[in-house]
Amino acid sequence: MSLVLRNIHKHYGSVRANDGVDLEIAPGELHGLLGENGAGKSTLMKVVSGFIAADSGSIEFDGAPLGVASPRVALEHGIGMLHQDPLVFRPFSVLDNFLLGSAGGVLVDRKGGRSSLAEMAARYGFDFDPDADARSLTVGERQQLEITRLLWRGARVLILDEPTTGISEPQRVKLFAVLRQLAAERLIVIFVSHKLEEVEALCHRVTVMSRGRVVGRRELPTPRHDLVRLMFGDITLGGARPEVTLGDPALSLRGVAARTRGAPLHADLTVRRGEVLGLAGLEGSGQRTFLRLCAGLDPVGSGTIVIGGHDLAGKPYRRFLDAGVHYIPAGRLEEGLIAGLSVAEHFELVGPNRSFMVDRGAADTLAAERIAEFSIKGEAATTAEALSGGNQQRLLMAMAPDHPVLLLMEHPTRGLDLGSAQWVWDRMLRSRAGGTAIVFASSDLEELQRYSDRIAVFYEGRIIAVIPASTATSSSLGLLIGGVVS
Amino acid sequence: MKRLRSAPLALAAALGAIVVILFAAGAPPLEAMRVIFEGAFGTTDRLGATLMAWTPLVLAAAGLLITFQAGLWNIGVEGQIAMGAIGAAWMARSVEGPSLVVVPLTLIGGAVFGAAWALIPAWLRTRFRVHEIFSGVALSFVAAAIAVYLIIGPWSRTGVASTSGTDIFDPRAWLPTIGSWRASPVGIGAAVAAVAAVLVLLRGSRFGLRIRAVGRNAESAHLLGIPTQRYLVAAFAMCGALAGIAGTVQATGFHHKLVPSISGGYGFLGVLVVLLAGFRALWIAPIALFFAAIQVGSTQLSLRLGIDSSLAGVIQGALVLVVLIVGGFQVYSAARGPVVTGEGEA
Ligand SMILES: Nc1ncnc2c1ncn2[C@@H]1O[C@H](COP(=O)(O)OP(=O)(O)OP(=O)(O)O)[C@@H](O)[C@H]1O
Ligand SMILES: [Mg+2]
Repeated sequence: MSLVLRNIHKHYGSVRANDGVDLEIAPGELHGLLGENGAGKSTLMKVVSGFIAADSGSIEFDGAPLGVASPRVALEHGIGMLHQDPLVFRPFSVLDNFLLGSAGGVLVDRKGGRSSLAEMAARYGFDFDPDADARSLTVGERQQLEITRLLWRGARVLILDEPTTGISEPQRVKLFAVLRQLAAERLIVIFVSHKLEEVEALCHRVTVMSRGRVVGRRELPTPRHDLVRLMFGDITLGGARPEVTLGDPALSLRGVAARTRGAPLHADLTVRRGEVLGLAGLEGSGQRTFLRLCAGLDPVGSGTIVIGGHDLAGKPYRRFLDAGVHYIPAGRLEEGLIAGLSVAEHFELVGPNRSFMVDRGAADTLAAERIAEFSIKGEAATTAEALSGGNQQRLLMAMAPDHPVLLLMEHPTRGLDLGSAQWVWDRMLRSRAGGTAIVFASSDLEELQRYSDRIAVFYEGRIIAVIPASTATSSSLGLLIGGVVS
Repeated sequence: MKRLRSAPLALAAALGAIVVILFAAGAPPLEAMRVIFEGAFGTTDRLGATLMAWTPLVLAAAGLLITFQAGLWNIGVEGQIAMGAIGAAWMARSVEGPSLVVVPLTLIGGAVFGAAWALIPAWLRTRFRVHEIFSGVALSFVAAAIAVYLIIGPWSRTGVASTSGTDIFDPRAWLPTIGSWRASPVGIGAAVAAVAAVLVLLRGSRFGLRIRAVGRNAESAHLLGIPTQRYLVAAFAMCGALAGIAGTVQATGFHHKLVPSISGGYGFLGVLVVLLAGFRALWIAPIALFFAAIQVGSTQLSLRLGIDSSLAGVIQGALVLVVLIVGGFQVYSAARGPVVTGEGEA
């Protein structure tokens, strides 16, 4: 029942996303796939799961070659893939989403489906309400539903592409338990991640990719620096945090309440220029509302939002932009980038240039400069959706103004490889010297502790504590995030 | 919105469908196609008639390209054509003077009326989130009703109130023609200019870039600081203006009076042309010519082969299906499988 890939090639124009990849995974194995942004991990996984066709190469599972590239055929052969955003957004019930694309004729056996769902959920310790609207599920729950669906459809190989971004800690623990259980049931699990500690905790073996090729394979455990060197060569991680003296308030909120339903946020807070404020909390506890309020994107119910000396509460978004506020959202292609437009066109959209016609030459030059400066793997003409996840994040960063007064970020390093994450933070920390205040939300406690000056903890839409990062420990933060205030 | 990448493929499929239909109707396909071709291009007069149909079609399609790029289904284009015709008729009826004065005024009147009519769905959409397809269908009915009201009411022919149309306009208000040609060089020039302008606007201008950004992802565009609603309104207005000019061409260049159903169905046909063209400006002119040729040429079918000329309608209806099928197929094969939307990690 092993999975064998031989000499997989996938080129996009001049980009060799996969350049002769060989991979062999035995049943019962938890296999980690590592590599820097744009290394070709997602491409390889999409080839295996039939989402895209390889230019050449062969895939064999259980001794039988896999021919036609289509997710359906792949799943019939027992290969299922979980994309980073689980695909259960459809405005149907949980049960309908579960039954979606199920085998069989026109008639869907809802009753049978209901009992199958209950049975599968019980087997893996998940808990679904079959009649709930699937859109009300959290990222983690959607993921659980999709995993259940794939397993029910008979998946023997489960591919997870960066599954731990955006899910809560308990959900991650649960996920890992299930993956271990699957491996014990002789399934193959392929786990794509940038988080070394997760790969180390979970996987039996790892394959490291770089520039479309396999550059190393290891049995775990192996020393951390060994993996890091395989991926990035010699880099130093965890550089010093430059000290800056804090300036005037960049942002101050007084009695701010959100007007959007379901987000009863109330906030009083001041962030000074040069300061980094981290927002901690379970996903959906109000961090996003907070950021969007500060960005001028969500309507304010009451209170004042003073930025750069002016109360902007209730003012149009444009005024926030002009005041030097810049917001970088988490969903890259959903809110941030525009699929179908090229990298150069993105810079053109945010550029200061006001002439009627776009000067293509100048636009390409500017794009080339920014691409080099932010080391984006792509070209001026590459469309946003063709960039790898990490490179989409770099493009978003590159579109930000050079010295914003207030930089608001949701999960700034989500999906970034270690080297890129380091690079992003180096850059942001340096921008503090120019007087930029940074407010960022993250679910990574280590990131919050390492880079923040203060950490605001959100619980059920409220800020329940603001603590200096220097006194925060993982366990104290963990308790606060769970709503336990001592 | 997915692009239909291969207009040639769609055209080939369309030709195939035509052959099948002709065959089914008992017409020898090759002969029938020759008849259609000759009916459309055989003599200079016929060429003129074909271009007469081509002109409003291209104008409407050029306008629709803008709204499509802005992510809008401006189905109300039919009503915008009708309103444009009303605006032009109003000018033609109320202004007396030499051609050089009246003709530009009719064109301006048509454009302004068309644009104003398009602002209604724009307003409904940006203000109340009413989808433009619904408002468009309703407003097209209203526009047609207004035309009928004017024809049998205030603008009725002296003495008779009939739905056959208003009085013929003063010939000085007609779009000027050369010799016996029915197609006006002014109309053709306007159509060519419209395509060129839309091409430059969408391909090369900052305005067009922003329209495309709004059309592809309004949420992102808003975040980038683009006033999305303003661009939606602008797209509607531009399309309405071009549709209004199409209406003017219909009124002052073709019927020389206001008639009911003055839009001639060119709005809907324009939607098809844009879809077939895969949202590319350069393909609009040839594809519109293809449609115009079928429309004009198939009138010869009944004369020469004794086949009912309503076959033209059947052919065009079938083309709709072909476009949708080819388009759907391309979207499908680009996506492969039911799960397209959530390509999260990519
Ligand atoms: N549809 C596409 N068109 C053009 N280039 C593409 C396309 N998809 C991926 N690429 C390119 O192929 C390379 C590999 O991309 P891939 O998404 O596999 O990287 P990855 O290893 O998953 O990176 P990340 O960690 O950032 O997600 C990148 O350079 C990317 O720009
Ligand atoms: Mg990836």
